[in-house]
Amino acid sequence: MKFIAEIQIMPHAELLDPQGKTVTKNLPNIGIHAIDKVRIGKHVELEVEAADEAEASEIVDQACQKLLVNTIMEKYEFTLAVLA
Amino acid sequence: MKFGVIVFPGSNCDDDMVHIIGQVFNQKVEKIWHKETELPNFTTEDCIIVPGGFSYGDYLRSGAIARFSPIMNAVIEHGNNGGLIFGICNGFQILCEAGLLPGALLKNNQQKYISKNIVLRVETNKRRLTQYCQTNDLLTMPVAHGDGRYYCDAETLQSLKDNDQILFRYSNSQGETTETENINGSIENIAGICNKAGNIFGMMPHPERASEQTVGLTDGQQLFMSLMELKLETAV
Repeated sequence: MKFIAEIQIMPHAELLDPQGKTVTKNLPNIGIHAIDKVRIGKHVELEVEAADEAEASEIVDQACQKLLVNTIMEKYEFTLAVLA
Repeated sequence: MKFGVIVFPGSNCDDDMVHIIGQVFNQKVEKIWHKETELPNFTTEDCIIVPGGFSYGDYLRSGAIARFSPIMNAVIEHGNNGGLIFGICNGFQILCEAGLLPGALLKNNQQKYISKNIVLRVETNKRRLTQYCQTNDLLTMPVAHGDGRYYCDAETLQSLKDNDQILFRYSNSQGETTETENINGSIENIAGICNKAGNIFGMMPHPERASEQTVGLTDGQQLFMSLMELKLETAV
């Protein structure tokens, strides 16, 4: 079966996110004053071939742990759906 | 002693490194393409250099893809066997991604790429890379990075201190490691570290760009001479 995974990667909450901070500081320049604490991460989509969802989950998790995410600085979560 | 300089797609300090090692210090040096899978000509007496640059365009995270280049298994094995490894800038990032050094390099805290000469304070001279320095020596050399904010968790930081693994801190010319001098927001101004065993080194600043009179800076020579265990008058 083919699954599609959507992975959300975010910098750990305790770490300064300079991109987010810069965006937060500049939103008032376009007249938006109600937004605070922007944090910017990554969204990764990928397709995975696996026998079932459990196996797909294991493969995606391995990809995250080994390459897609540096767990020293980032956290991640993902969802899986059967690819139509 | 011999040097091997790994070349990844996007490395750009490899030629500087080969020049300094070969021409300034007259030591044996060869480039090693990242597609190689072995280091047959190198023993644990030798040093593998992981140079600066933008390997794989810094895609995903700086050093994250290079860490899985074919040569890296051999580099990791070399380090695990006690061989010397020295990573500079992107090389430091790669060694952290590979787990050869603790911690990670995050985006500079002010979201700017920094390219300028800075002052480093030597934190220990009990390690091979700094053995010819004195503790608290001040070295001037350039930095050129966007992702240089060294970070590790509190437990790792304590372990770095307990085991004398912090080699350099960003400093001012009076030797004060204030927040003002902390150019990229690194934890406790850390600019360079080594592993616990003391055979693997990583630093963000560029000693290979500060090792000959022609470029106006020579403080980097102290590190190369320490690493090579050369007599002080050897460098040209």
